[in-house]
Amino acid sequence: MNDGGAKVGPRAAGGPSRYVVARVEEVREGERLLVEVGGRAIGIFRIDGEFHAILQRCPHAGGPLCKGPLLEHVYADRPGEIRSDPDKKFLSCPWHGWLFDLKTGQSWWDPHQTRARRFPVNVEHGDVIADAADSGKAGPGPYVIERFPVSIESDYLVVTMRPRVGARGPTDASI
Amino acid sequence: MSLLEKPRQEIWSGTVVDCDVHAVVPSVAALFPHMERVWVNWLTEREYPGPGHAATVYPPALMTTARPEWRPDDGRPPASELALLREHVLDLWGVDHAVVNCYYGIDNVRHPDLAAALASAVNNWLIAEWLEPDARLVGSMVVPARDPAAMIREIERVGGHPSIRQVLFPVRNDRLWGDRIYHPVYEAMVKHDLVMGLHWGGTTDGPPSATGYASWFAEEYASEWSNFGAQITSILSEGVFRLFPDLRVSVLESGFTWVPVWGWRLNKEWKALHRETPWMDRAPFDVMRDHMRFSVAPADAGPPAAMKHVVEWLGTEDILMFATDYPHGHNTDISALLGVMPESMRPKVMSESARAWYRL
Repeated sequence: MNDGGAKVGPRAAGGPSRYVVARVEEVREGERLLVEVGGRAIGIFRIDGEFHAILQRCPHAGGPLCKGPLLEHVYADRPGEIRSDPDKKFLSCPWHGWLFDLKTGQSWWDPHQTRARRFPVNVEHGDVIADAADSGKAGPGPYVIERFPVSIESDYLVVTMRPRVGARGPTDASI
Repeated sequence: MSLLEKPRQEIWSGTVVDCDVHAVVPSVAALFPHMERVWVNWLTEREYPGPGHAATVYPPALMTTARPEWRPDDGRPPASELALLREHVLDLWGVDHAVVNCYYGIDNVRHPDLAAALASAVNNWLIAEWLEPDARLVGSMVVPARDPAAMIREIERVGGHPSIRQVLFPVRNDRLWGDRIYHPVYEAMVKHDLVMGLHWGGTTDGPPSATGYASWFAEEYASEWSNFGAQITSILSEGVFRLFPDLRVSVLESGFTWVPVWGWRLNKEWKALHRETPWMDRAPFDVMRDHMRFSVAPADAGPPAAMKHVVEWLGTEDILMFATDYPHGHNTDISALLGVMPESMRPKVMSESARAWYRL
């Protein structure tokens, strides 16, 4: 459906580029677009009027994050009193169900270890650390999905990102 | 376990708290002095010998029911008197304290008033003939399972007695113990700071396993840990500790080597599915470590090199408590078990964890 992004303007060496990826009306409210841009697979979501672009790769074990369901936050302080918060939505990875807040990119699980250990942000081998932790609590966690700024310019969606080294140019979405 | 193989001081020279010893009701007539006249009449009119269910879960002649050295020569039932407990465990081990549990199979009695009367009688008998005469002893009260209102009445009646520290819950039941109908029972318990003693035994509504009837006792006994697992999962998932953060659970006669593997599985499902039970705000294995303790009889130990890993996998030094489970025969080698633990963990297992748990 999408014919890839066209680069806009000259690229400074090593710096981020801006890619036109779609027309605004191609991404309807509550829906998403999967594209390959700058050699990376990304997903663009339109939620409550805002656009979010994220890397299509779960930091836990590399799952196809952008294919997962969007879920409203549910919470309960006591058994039986379940409430939902429609203003807070999470993307759930289809492989293990991990939740990510699209606004911050943060996971909704914190592998807190009793022996204090700091986790780097943007963990490359998230599955190794997650599987090594046998404790944890609900709430914002250290796993962060990579997000890209999205702007609207003359009815087009423009994503700003550094292209992957060796990326050739716009290609079809083939995720 | 028996001390005939080694002197006590050689096994462990520090203090000892035995968190699971049994008092066995020798006959229903032993309870008569401790029950209301109307029930003495009821029982004698019918010559009802009392619930026989204890004999189903502890077949009398089996080694697992009593070690040979704990069977009195004169034919008295094993563990049926304080004098026997003193001779076989309390004095021999030189315990600081022991927690007395009486499993009488009351859960098998469907008559709601008789069940409540038997529970009260056992509690009165236990307090008068075991706990009050020996300052080392504290005990579990029994309750008529499956009837939350009657459970609460009995907790209000004797739960405040200074020697009562725990409520005995048989692991088998008609429903899982985490079910909301039991939440008022936990509320009553925390008011009296009573521990939940989840113990082998009980009566189910259907088969005693999740998937049908076993053919042999040995099969049933060996697979009972799965019922403990189901009950623990229920208590965690239903948010009981979220509602009652002071509630503590002792898991008794369950083994413990399966606990880390069960904890990992619970954690895994929680990471993916916690939206189903949003009150579970922490990894279940963490909650288990804070709110549960496991007795070491039986230990169900594997080879020492492997057991060392199991102890590491438990992830805390506080989670195990020493027990003989007198008079039951498990052949737990406590010396071998202590040998696979770090030195700092041994006094916790032998007395300190139970001391903190039961406020001794």
